Amino acid sequence: MSRNSGRPLSPHLTIWKWGPHMLVSILHRVTGAGMAVVAGLGFIWWLVAAASGPEAYAGFLTVATSWFGYLVAIGLTWAFFQHMFSALRHFVLDIGAGYDLKTNKMAALATMVGSVLVTLLIWGPILARLAQGAE
Amino acid sequence: MGSGTGIGRVRGLGSAKHGSMHWWRQRVTAVSNLLLALWFVVSLFRLPSFAHGVIVQWIAMPMVAVPLILLTISVFYHLRLGLQVIMEDYVHEEAGKVFFVLLLNFYSIAGAALAIFSILKIAFGGVPA
Repeated sequence: MSRNSGRPLSPHLTIWKWGPHMLVSILHRVTGAGMAVVAGLGFIWWLVAAASGPEAYAGFLTVATSWFGYLVAIGLTWAFFQHMFSALRHFVLDIGAGYDLKTNKMAALATMVGSVLVTLLIWGPILARLAQGAE
Repeated sequence: MGSGTGIGRVRGLGSAKHGSMHWWRQRVTAVSNLLLALWFVVSLFRLPSFAHGVIVQWIAMPMVAVPLILLTISVFYHLRLGLQVIMEDYVHEEAGKVFFVLLLNFYSIAGAALAIFSILKIAFGGVPA
């Protein structure tokens, strides 16, 4: 689309004061797109490898249980819960609730605190067990 | 674009009238993703190990294979809808937009097909545990 440069643009990103709701909105897209590619490809690889036989599956497991595999899994865990909590917030917003400033801000913050907390609760014990096994 | 009547010039430039269905299906698949993904993650971590034989025997069960196929359909449909919105928002040039949405359709359909075929192969006993 060509734009008539003689016409003014409506005020956009630059005039808004930053708030948690903006960050959550961006994170929802980033985590969604990230999972669509990384978790999507990982899920396909896991199933195709399992269906192809023990050798192919061993190749998948070697990568999945390497330090890189754990790093990706921790990232995906956080992305999953960030996207999930943010989606639950979206359901509330979709029915027209939760728009007053304080509630909106608290709910936005809660999604981020929640996703980090759940990721730590899940991976803390697993990493502790792995560290014990490595000793 | 013709230089005919006013209505002739604007016809076909408006909304395709598919927006609310796109929005609604995004929500429907979000709910099914929520239920199926939580089931998937919890069941996966309740397995004794991730060894090949364990995974193959697990997927072969009807009450696992079917939800797993439903999860695949729900997730790949949801990601197709979601990524399409992102592409439409950030790829401003028409040719690039068509290219990326085409790529997205190929990825989501081929990915889901590969996953579902693999599940069915295991479920129908095509992979010795």
